Amino acid sequence: MGVAFSLAVVGVLILAITLAVEVLGLRFLVGAVLPYVAVAVFLGGMVYRLLGWGRSPVPFRIPTTGGQQRSLPWIKPSSLDNPSSTAGVIGRMALEILLFRSLFRNTKAELHGGPHLAYHWEKWLWLGALVFHWSMLLVVIRHLRFFTDPVPSFVYWVEGIDGFLRVGLRALYLTDITLLLGVTYLLLRRFFIPQVRYISLPGDYVPLFLLLGIGLSGVLMRYFVGVDVAAVKELALGVLTFRPRIPEGIGVLFYIHWGLVCALLAYFPFSKLVHMGGIFLTPTRNLPNDSRARRHVNPWNYPVKVHTYEEYEEEFREKMKLAGIPVEKE
Amino acid sequence: MKIPDMRYIITGIVVFLVVMTFPFWYNIGKAASAPQVSLDTPRIREMAEPQCVEPASYMRANHMRLLEEWRDRVVRGGERTYVAGDGKEYLMSLQNTCLDCHSNYDEFCALCHDYAGVAPDCWTCHLEFPRESK
Repeated sequence: MGVAFSLAVVGVLILAITLAVEVLGLRFLVGAVLPYVAVAVFLGGMVYRLLGWGRSPVPFRIPTTGGQQRSLPWIKPSSLDNPSSTAGVIGRMALEILLFRSLFRNTKAELHGGPHLAYHWEKWLWLGALVFHWSMLLVVIRHLRFFTDPVPSFVYWVEGIDGFLRVGLRALYLTDITLLLGVTYLLLRRFFIPQVRYISLPGDYVPLFLLLGIGLSGVLMRYFVGVDVAAVKELALGVLTFRPRIPEGIGVLFYIHWGLVCALLAYFPFSKLVHMGGIFLTPTRNLPNDSRARRHVNPWNYPVKVHTYEEYEEEFREKMKLAGIPVEKE
Repeated sequence: MKIPDMRYIITGIVVFLVVMTFPFWYNIGKAASAPQVSLDTPRIREMAEPQCVEPASYMRANHMRLLEEWRDRVVRGGERTYVAGDGKEYLMSLQNTCLDCHSNYDEFCALCHDYAGVAPDCWTCHLEFPRESK
């Protein structure tokens, strides 16, 4: 159900773009209007989501950690898994964001012949996610050659390293392969692992199908069906310099690629993909576990009106004496 | 309600926006139009009706594929003659056919390659052209 629906969503998107470009001739709409809408929704949506999370109260530390907390001097603390200082938190966040440390701890639980629960080594998700995310980053950096004039030198470095293999005369980008492999793995695991399949929703499949569509259309353009790259860059730069124009001679495949990227950008803030920003605001990751060393006062505590015993006795002393209740001050 | 960490979050958002809009502010004031390659070479001037091996629109998108095909057919297949889509025959040679007409490297090849950020290594072997841009 989720798969069919998600596939239909991406299919309809591709059909709509093809129809708009080929039949209705709305090249300007797809090529020059859509990206502005998509980028505005992406940036505005991300800022909105981040501010929303920022305003959410985090009254205390949530020490869901995988290591020994810092306590007595002779007990060795786990300073990266259970940091007690800002530096430790930065280390933990860096490991989380760059190397996906939480996923590395992933295990597979299985019942064996009755009530024997066994935990298995399971690093495939970590590996697949790592491969996909890093490939995606490098692919995006490589694409800057279409978005900058002149092209900065770091883009050439990335291209040079990424494209050191050759097919025929031209570079075969490793990240093109690893990106598609990564997305395919992340998709197949949702198909074939029963538990994962059970919890998978259209919100899980749509981003994967979108990424797969973007990757495949890009690979098709680069390796199989030629596009006029100079014209494509002219279109991209026209959008970026706010003088949009649609050069002649760009095939529909480019518009599909471009349109799907716009769809992904616009969908980003409303989907699970916001984890790009959310990872930075994860309370279980970004707070040092120092609850025992520092007192954390709930920031939105209002001043509570109290009536102390001294004030009480002051008010009722005479009545208490009459009733024979002992008082502290005569 | 005061949120002590808000300043970090705002800083993060600003950094995010600056990084994400990099292509916008990097290109401020750039002309952005694709370079106009020059066809003004002695050999092309000689032609009554300037014409490439295949139509220009095809060449713009696929010249690298054509060169790849030529390389394979010449070096591996030993063929030398290319029959174009319009039936004309050409000698399959980068140096003696392509670059014979397009002898203006800096106003032809380099313009688009620099614009699109590609650095093909054809010229590490074929015809040394003076290169000033890089």
